[in-house]
Amino acid sequence: MGLLDKQFEKSNVLVTSLDSLLNWARLSSLYQMQFGLACCAIEMMAASASNFDMMRFGVIPRATPRQVDVMIVSGTVTLKMASRIKRLYDQMPEPRYVLSMGSCSNCGGPYWEHGYHVLKGVDRVIPVDVYIPGCPPRPEALIEGLMKLQEKVRNESMAKKHA
Amino acid sequence: MTFQEISESLQKKFGEAVLLVKADAAVDPFIVVAPQSICDIALFLRDDKAMQIDSLSCLSGVDRKGTLEVVYHLASMTLKHKLVLKVSVPTDRPEVPSIESVWKTANWHEREAYDLFGVMFTGHPDLRRILLPYDWEGYPLRKDYEVPEFYNGMRVPY
Repeated sequence: MGLLDKQFEKSNVLVTSLDSLLNWARLSSLYQMQFGLACCAIEMMAASASNFDMMRFGVIPRATPRQVDVMIVSGTVTLKMASRIKRLYDQMPEPRYVLSMGSCSNCGGPYWEHGYHVLKGVDRVIPVDVYIPGCPPRPEALIEGLMKLQEKVRNESMAKKHA
Repeated sequence: MTFQEISESLQKKFGEAVLLVKADAAVDPFIVVAPQSICDIALFLRDDKAMQIDSLSCLSGVDRKGTLEVVYHLASMTLKHKLVLKVSVPTDRPEVPSIESVWKTANWHEREAYDLFGVMFTGHPDLRRILLPYDWEGYPLRKDYEVPEFYNGMRVPY
């Protein structure tokens, strides 16, 4: 028997607000969209693998936008890809979040001047919640971005509609 | 076969169609041939017993401002020799016969050269864009290309 069980031995009642309970549940199971665009995706895979193990934060890759809470835009968004990303974002159920990972997806990165085919920042087509700098960001940086997002979810309220 | 032997045998067989033999080029020696005979030359290079050039390593486009160049990097796996062929066409009428029927590798390479440089490969079975979206306008690797302000409502410049 653990410590917690002993504590609730007599009265197994917890008092909390519905907001905190729901937010706790949501931020502990942020399912991510299973897709990657460029070299950032390799770092994202490293973050998912055993050394960094993003699954301990409840981040599980799902292969369909319908079952997804957060879209990690990991890599260069080409103009050809931008319309697909927009469509995928539109297919996600609300509340939905976007993590922009790496310089390319933040602002065009190394393609900012001569990349005729690159969208200069994914925020030109979809709203972004957290920007993670780096080229590519290390898994630690991705996890910090994720925790920033968890912070955002934690402070949301059902009564006040989030943006 | 050495470059000299190949170029001599090409000159003997095709005469006028071999426009320039440059043996002292900086990197690889190359041969410039007439665009309309590239197909015959390619077929000869592939099927001749002494040549046996069975592989097209690379097909590239070059914009020389006014003329477009197509560069063929060829190699023979069996006889272990290499060859560089070039053809040059005016930019306002960039028609080069397709060598897709000789080396199948050329299919996608020619589509890429068409996509980015606008070289029209006549006789290609499926000449459409391969990298850029189908509704893209212009050929971005040309020297006079200007980046569009908008693409499908998305602003392109930084």
